[in-house]
Amino acid sequence: MNKRVDKPTETVAVTDITEEFHPAGVGELDLYQKREKIYTRRIEGFYQRIRVYTGWPLLLGYFLLPWLNWDGRQAVLFDLPNRQFHIFNLTFWPQDFPLLAWMMIIAAFALFTVTAWAGRIWCGYTCPQTVWTAIFMWVEQWCEGSRNQRIKWDKAPWSVEKFARKLSKHALWGGFALLTGFSFVAYFSPARELLVNLVTIDFAALLSLGFNLDWWGLGIWEASWIIFFTLATYINAGWLREQVCMYMCPYARFQSVMFDQDTLIVSYDYHRGESRGARKKGVDASEKGLGDCVDCQICVQVCPTGIDIRDGLQYECINCALCIDGCNSVMDQMGYEKGLIRYTTENSLNGQPTNFLRPRLIGYAVAVVVMVAIFFTSIIVRVPLKLDVIRDRDRLYIQTTEGYIENSYTLKVINMDQQSHQYQISFSGLEGAKIIGKSKVVVIPGELSELPIRLSIDPADLEKTNNTIEFNVQAIDGSDYEAIAESRFIGPRVK
Amino acid sequence: MSSFWSLWIIVLTTIMLIGTVWILFANRKTKNTGPDATTGHVYDGIEEYDNPLPAWWFYLFVITIVYSIGYLIAYPGMGSFKGVLGWTQINQYEKQVAKAEQKYGAIFAQYRDMPVEQVIQDGKALKMGQRMFANNCAQCHGSDARGSYGFPNLTDGDWLYGGSPEQIKTTLIQGRSGVMPAWAGPLGEEGIVNVSNYVLSLNGRAVDADSAAAGQEKFAMFCTSCHGADGTGNIALGAPNLTNNIWLYGGSPGLVQRTLRNGRNGQMPSHEKILSEDKIHLLTAYVYSLSQTPAEQE
Repeated sequence: MNKRVDKPTETVAVTDITEEFHPAGVGELDLYQKREKIYTRRIEGFYQRIRVYTGWPLLLGYFLLPWLNWDGRQAVLFDLPNRQFHIFNLTFWPQDFPLLAWMMIIAAFALFTVTAWAGRIWCGYTCPQTVWTAIFMWVEQWCEGSRNQRIKWDKAPWSVEKFARKLSKHALWGGFALLTGFSFVAYFSPARELLVNLVTIDFAALLSLGFNLDWWGLGIWEASWIIFFTLATYINAGWLREQVCMYMCPYARFQSVMFDQDTLIVSYDYHRGESRGARKKGVDASEKGLGDCVDCQICVQVCPTGIDIRDGLQYECINCALCIDGCNSVMDQMGYEKGLIRYTTENSLNGQPTNFLRPRLIGYAVAVVVMVAIFFTSIIVRVPLKLDVIRDRDRLYIQTTEGYIENSYTLKVINMDQQSHQYQISFSGLEGAKIIGKSKVVVIPGELSELPIRLSIDPADLEKTNNTIEFNVQAIDGSDYEAIAESRFIGPRVK
Repeated sequence: MSSFWSLWIIVLTTIMLIGTVWILFANRKTKNTGPDATTGHVYDGIEEYDNPLPAWWFYLFVITIVYSIGYLIAYPGMGSFKGVLGWTQINQYEKQVAKAEQKYGAIFAQYRDMPVEQVIQDGKALKMGQRMFANNCAQCHGSDARGSYGFPNLTDGDWLYGGSPEQIKTTLIQGRSGVMPAWAGPLGEEGIVNVSNYVLSLNGRAVDADSAAAGQEKFAMFCTSCHGADGTGNIALGAPNLTNNIWLYGGSPGLVQRTLRNGRNGQMPSHEKILSEDKIHLLTAYVYSLSQTPAEQE
């Protein structure tokens, strides 16, 4: 297989892709346009090396995390059937949902901050779509060769070699997609069992050809999610690629409202580059009225979304900086200064000073810091004990033969700790009432204990018809865990 | 569904389908106005390009239409047409119930041959029983099973129809129908007051002695056949014991008189068709355990 890296000096038949997108001069146009296949030229450079340090840790983390064990169980496991999310030594319950919401809000504000500061660098470096597409493009290059060779292979008639190259590309894509799909499901279904189930095939059952999956070790849901994520990865990273960024990604739609003149964007320095034109090395271009742009199209050829950065800021641009690396290598060869295309701001392009410490950015950053602080505080002070009180809904109150007024409740005590605890139940807010039923309960770790109890009061002691009361559950074995839940006590009309 | 509405739905659905196809294909070709044509929309000086849609969008629409035609053939959708797969909500429900029975049946079945006295030693079984109680019984008897006006307390060891496991199970399976007839006619208003005084005296309450003595005669005449000569009740009939201070419909003189005057009708529904035999066995054990619990922690 060909592993040759494109040299920028290699002569390439240039086609202007932007023109192909808008074929002018034809009377009628199909409303639905076929995707123009983009052949990206491989490029190496500073920003490509940065990508190695951002992409690989993410990939490795994603693939290896499910295999890590902690305290005798999978370190990161989102156990949906038991509704327990394990993340290392923390276990989250559905009641911890606000924490998840906080995490989402933090992620959103972090994204806003980064976008206001440095544009779409999330897209260019860490977005899974970009990272996986990069892997797929690398595989493509490895199987079919450089950009020119790929174009040639696509135009060539089918041959054994073309077939072999295409087949190996799709096989590798499929394999990597399967690995991705498997790893995703492994966060929800224990990885080790999942792997065993995945490869367990009952051939006798398979041969009997029932219209079901009983021959497969995997359950129907695990199987369908693995298949779904495998297909989604294969289609998104192999076929759709920039279409996802352009038509599907909501972030591409609203990122522009976070941009201002001080946001770092990948931009072509038109003051310096124009007018563009070809020239021989060593010739003084300014004599011919030319700028620094040699119009080599490298920046267009390397672009994964197929745009020409020289047309200005476009919503398709994911700030991946491939065009910067491409242009810099050409500038080097021409003996020009680097940075004709660079990370810069609109202000700086126009000769204005760039104001990095602007209120918008500071505001976002402060919001992120505050929310991160709240998030970690709530995790630290989190009590591994939850109490839910459900008041019986069948009747407002019960009057006993003796004339007492009673309300019944079901207390759900959840022990989210790793040890068993005994809890004492008490209440406040209703003077003179007493608990009928058990007021002590032992709950083993990770269990929900339902405790039906009744509060009884002499109507003479009842001051209001509708009383707000608080139930209190306290561990009485040394640990100071305590949980409080509010409910109501309803009695007859008080005259 | 009347044939008019069936036809109405079929016609509308067909028109919609054909209309969608027409919109999709008849509008495919647009005038090419060059690469920089805009839609004419301007927001804050930002113009919108009139660019073509990607082709895969078009194919998604096509797939959707093909799918909807297939769906309308396979499933009910076209008026009263049943669909070739014969699917209905009811047969889907029945299939799911059968599947759940198959899956969870074994969990209940493991206690099938275990006597109730032994099941109540099993914490897991009681927990399952408690959940079934909360779903099926708590509406009347309360989540703590202590009952309320008209609904017996199941934790106090006093039983209308007997508190042995077999009796509880019979109550659950067959249901119970408690009937106290109205005695307003035979007793007369004075008789009702007298009998109520006698009944309250059985509890050791202070009542008018003459009235109670008069009431005792009427009691012997009308009430002993069910409540027994001594008023201790009869579990075969579900007649309550009148000598303890446990009252299903209240023990105040007024409420006792109302019971005598108008009678009472209690209904415990049969759970034979609601719960499987194995589930009733577990539920029996849970209910039985409620009156067996030793002195409660207060």
